[in-house]
Amino acid sequence: MQLTVNGTARQVASPPLASLLHVLREELAITSPKAGCQQGGCGACTVLVDGEPRRACLLPLAAIDGAEVTTVEGIGTPTQLAPVQAAFDRHYAAQCGFCTSGFVMASTALVEGGGGKTREEVIEALSGHICRCTGYAKIVAAVTAAARGDVDPAAVEVDEGPQQEATLIPGSPA
Amino acid sequence: MAVVPTEGPEVMMPSSPEEAVAAFGDGDGVTVFGGATILMVELTHGRVAPRRALLLDRAQLAGVRAEDGRTVVGAMTRLSELESGVEPLATAARHVADGEIRAQATLGGNLCAPPGVESPRGDLQAALIALGAEVRSAGAGGERTEPVEDFLAAGADGRLVLDVSFGAPEAAASASVRRPHAHAYTIMAVHGARVGGELRLAATGVGPRAVRLRAAEQGEAARALDDATPADDALASAWYRERTLPVLVARVLAELAEEA
Repeated sequence: MQLTVNGTARQVASPPLASLLHVLREELAITSPKAGCQQGGCGACTVLVDGEPRRACLLPLAAIDGAEVTTVEGIGTPTQLAPVQAAFDRHYAAQCGFCTSGFVMASTALVEGGGGKTREEVIEALSGHICRCTGYAKIVAAVTAAARGDVDPAAVEVDEGPQQEATLIPGSPA
Repeated sequence: MAVVPTEGPEVMMPSSPEEAVAAFGDGDGVTVFGGATILMVELTHGRVAPRRALLLDRAQLAGVRAEDGRTVVGAMTRLSELESGVEPLATAARHVADGEIRAQATLGGNLCAPPGVESPRGDLQAALIALGAEVRSAGAGGERTEPVEDFLAAGADGRLVLDVSFGAPEAAASASVRRPHAHAYTIMAVHGARVGGELRLAATGVGPRAVRLRAAEQGEAARALDDATPADDALASAWYRERTLPVLVARVLAELAEEA
């Protein structure tokens, strides 16, 4: 089966009933989608499938054969943040960070679809996402700012972090 | 039809309703995937091990259409497509999980959902019963069309749901107990409709699957418990549900009376 992941066509060898989350993390080593509850209730594994936010843990590979999948790795880079990422940075919308990928992907779909300009709209759209640090106020502020175009990604100072290559340990909660 | 080779279960992906019916056969040993929002969790946690998996994503069973003055909803129609449609189904659909789940979960899956252990499933069932909806399904003995309550009573095993149809009700009303979470999900709901002059009531969250509240349809809310036997689960106790169900029924009856 085949997926286009972050713009690159990838042949995948996982079993047809493997979840997209398994394919991304364990086969393709793309670790931004998090294996949180693995029952669709936390939102941490949310990615875009053909542009729409979906729970990677609930999608069998065979059902999305040929689809375009976008993860956090595909929307921005550490030095060139996507608008929603820049807004999360500017508004301090990440604490422990575990839920952040899911929030960012759902927010990206919302903002790119022209939504998210009001607090109510953001709360409704992100209602399937849980932040156990309870940082909701800043997340909502970040998304409304991104939706209104109130953040200039170029103006965000980026900390590029440690410059060593990450080592992926299969099965680890990376 | 694409049959994906695998060392695990045989995975069938029909590309038309006819292929889906043929692949399903009498349903023996076949696990049907609708939106997969329930099944993928069961698979991940090792609670089901399908021998033969039937995935309906490409079977052309999705979509809402009008036919002879009735609304026909394909089994693979996503719940998100029902949110602004005919009441009380639209309200029931809006109250399921969150937008991302509703965009994946299907009407057929909701109808065939096995009873949940921790929380009720099949929230659309009561709204469909209230509408007097009919299910068209295939399986052993061929195609069958029957009222939703009969379909549920017989059990979905051995049946492949093709579509559900209903007429527009003269009036509709809903009342529910919901639990605030990141989103508010339904603990228990009562849906009512006036269809062809007949008042119909049904409840979800009061047992393994939705039930029609025939006794209460006569106008006495307390008689809801003639037809429903609530159970304990992680969301609410049977004690609580028994006391709350008549309240919901009374609200629905009052609203339907106002609309009359």
